[in-house]
Amino acid sequence: MNIEELEQIAESVRLENSRYDFEVNVCMDLACMSQGSDRLRDELVKAAEASGKKVLVRRTGCMGPCSSGPLVRVDPEETLYHHVKAGDAEAIVSSLGGDPVPALQCDLNEHFDKQVRVVLENAGHIDPEKIDDYIARDGYKALLTALTEMTPNGVVHRITESGLRGRGGGGYPTGLKWGTVAKAGGDLKYVVCNGDEGDPGAFMDRSVMEGDPHRIIEGMAIAAYGVGASKGFIYVRAEYPIAVSRLTTALREARRRGLLGNGICGTTFNFDVEIRLGAGAFVCGEETALLASIEGRRGTPRPRPPYPAVSGLWGKPTLINNVETYANVAPIVRNGGKWFFNMGSERSKGTKVFALTGRITHTGLIEVPLGIKLWEIIDVIGGGVPGGHTLKAVQTGGPSGGCIPAEMLGLGVSYDALMAAGSIMGSGGMIVMDDTSCMVNVARFFIEFCMTESCGKCIPCRAGTAQMYTLLTRICEGQGTMDDLDLLVELCDTVKNASLCGLGQTAPNPVLSTLKYFRNEYIEHIVHKRCPAGVCNIQAPVEVLA
Amino acid sequence: MNDAVEVKTLIIDEQEVSARRGQTILEVARENGIQIPTLCSLDGLSSVGACRMCLVEIKGSNKLLPACVATVYEGMEVTTNSERLQKYRRNILELLFAERNHICSVCVSNGHCELQTLGQQHGLTHVRLPYRNPDLHVDASHERFTVDHNRCVLCTRCVRVCAEIEGAHIWDVKGRGIDSIVITDLNQPWGESACTRCGKCVQVCPTGALFDKSKVGADHPKYPDFLPFLNMMREAQ
Repeated sequence: MNIEELEQIAESVRLENSRYDFEVNVCMDLACMSQGSDRLRDELVKAAEASGKKVLVRRTGCMGPCSSGPLVRVDPEETLYHHVKAGDAEAIVSSLGGDPVPALQCDLNEHFDKQVRVVLENAGHIDPEKIDDYIARDGYKALLTALTEMTPNGVVHRITESGLRGRGGGGYPTGLKWGTVAKAGGDLKYVVCNGDEGDPGAFMDRSVMEGDPHRIIEGMAIAAYGVGASKGFIYVRAEYPIAVSRLTTALREARRRGLLGNGICGTTFNFDVEIRLGAGAFVCGEETALLASIEGRRGTPRPRPPYPAVSGLWGKPTLINNVETYANVAPIVRNGGKWFFNMGSERSKGTKVFALTGRITHTGLIEVPLGIKLWEIIDVIGGGVPGGHTLKAVQTGGPSGGCIPAEMLGLGVSYDALMAAGSIMGSGGMIVMDDTSCMVNVARFFIEFCMTESCGKCIPCRAGTAQMYTLLTRICEGQGTMDDLDLLVELCDTVKNASLCGLGQTAPNPVLSTLKYFRNEYIEHIVHKRCPAGVCNIQAPVEVLA
Repeated sequence: MNDAVEVKTLIIDEQEVSARRGQTILEVARENGIQIPTLCSLDGLSSVGACRMCLVEIKGSNKLLPACVATVYEGMEVTTNSERLQKYRRNILELLFAERNHICSVCVSNGHCELQTLGQQHGLTHVRLPYRNPDLHVDASHERFTVDHNRCVLCTRCVRVCAEIEGAHIWDVKGRGIDSIVITDLNQPWGESACTRCGKCVQVCPTGALFDKSKVGADHPKYPDFLPFLNMMREAQ
């Protein structure tokens, strides 16, 4: 395989596609599939055959606005249809070449206009199970360029130059991490992709794995070349069966095309990837726990240092990055570090995929340049809070993050600004809450999550989150006292500073941020025994008759 | 900082000390008579940094490090006993006392318990947190030993000594978070497990969770000091 052969494949795909007059793209992401988009595709294929028109019906990854699913986009007109049922297939096919079907058409221009697609550039445009589709959109070009025209140092330098920061949540400079692994000694090194996405309300990585699996493989291969690794692992949670099956297909196809394996593209570079399934533990998203899990041991974190870059899988230097981080690699290598560096805000470069959920009109997947104002995401892209309710807070960063109050919507979304506001960027979950949400209850929900997902190794996290949950439950039930609140704050401090891994160290964030911005709600529950949002079921004190 | 230099000098609690490269803060502190409280750590076993009692402050870093695993470097400045650390240690002990059913007066290890001693050393006079009072069982199926999960602090010394020293690995941890529990084999009764009856786990258990049946009602001190000696003799062979 060389650049010319790659170009030939791309050309043959273009030739094949040009035989059709219309392309009907059906979103077959988990959300649309669960609403019957697989049956819809079958019906579309049948209707297309019956009509005699030259129609290509294509399965694609996530198009974005999941709440409008199942979604169908007709190209070249780019007509978007929402809530399409299998029964609508004939109407869509017969409308091809004429006016679109008005009942199904949706106008989401505002939703898409503010978005910039880098990671999701192919999602919704290619069949995730066809490597040739990916190649036709410049796929694997970056890998071949890196292997044939760049030195490993040059690759690391390009990533450093781009200013890319880890998309798993920590925001550690990716180039710095790659450089550390590259400098680590030893013949055997590993590259690991963290696809153990577990935050409640987050599905960015799943959509990338389901919609564009080759992009991750390409990113990992480039990373492996850069740091000198020969073996890769993708750690995916078993709850993502579609992602696993598409990744498996993608790996097989990449091997068949000679893009994985020994002597890739006639060079001396060897690299292959294996998939490992997680068994449903949130803590296995923590890098040292994830590595323990890959090794076949109990998924518990260990103290760092030594960092995985020095001593990771089986004691070997290991590069571990998130799905979205790897998904950014190929475009950076292709377009140059400067191109990426010019997007985003001062210290947070590029774009970020967010999973917009909760009380918002358009829930789904969005990709925005960093530095974008929070209100632009909520009001413009998300379409605001539905049902005449008012926005109360935006929760970012999952159970490790915090709640940002409605007053702070002018905030530019970046690693540092979110951190300063008491939350974190996290992996990209963004939950919108309106006036029907009780912030104490929200804090309790996240603490309960951390309590059940704590591995149990260190005492502050294991017992501390359990005690915090008990105290928050008391407050929610109207049984809490101001002493309980003081105790809660003290526990937050201990759990945050004394816990072993990131799970425990960030577990108090939902409590601390709601206490910072919504302290009055806690006071209402404790002093006045009422829940302002009407969520908590506080029983009026029963008068005991003598 | 030059890593080639084998001897490091550092400051622990305003005392200048020297150390060999690769030594942990805990080792160096102990050599110099500076006491750092520990619970999960035990001389002769691998360190896991789980109990967080030995957390220390390092100048220039806002992260607390477990002294049992953090290694020294040249010019390091360590504080082992600040007010903040003492508060965290008291809170950790309080969390432990409220987690399970630790009732010293009816415990075989009363007077010889590391948890009890730590509580006394840290002036823990009462527990502010609500007691969780979990419903845990006692496994007395073994002919010589008993495990009382009510007294377990999940330090995993038994797991480590069985796997690392005895080589049997019959102990492990089941479940997660607050529901974690030590188990024998694949959660079979201890008496039916592949236990070699060596009793090392009982000797290293810091509390009365693991005890010798013949000692019930009598004084039951434990002697974990055999471990470093055993290791030394093995290495000498």
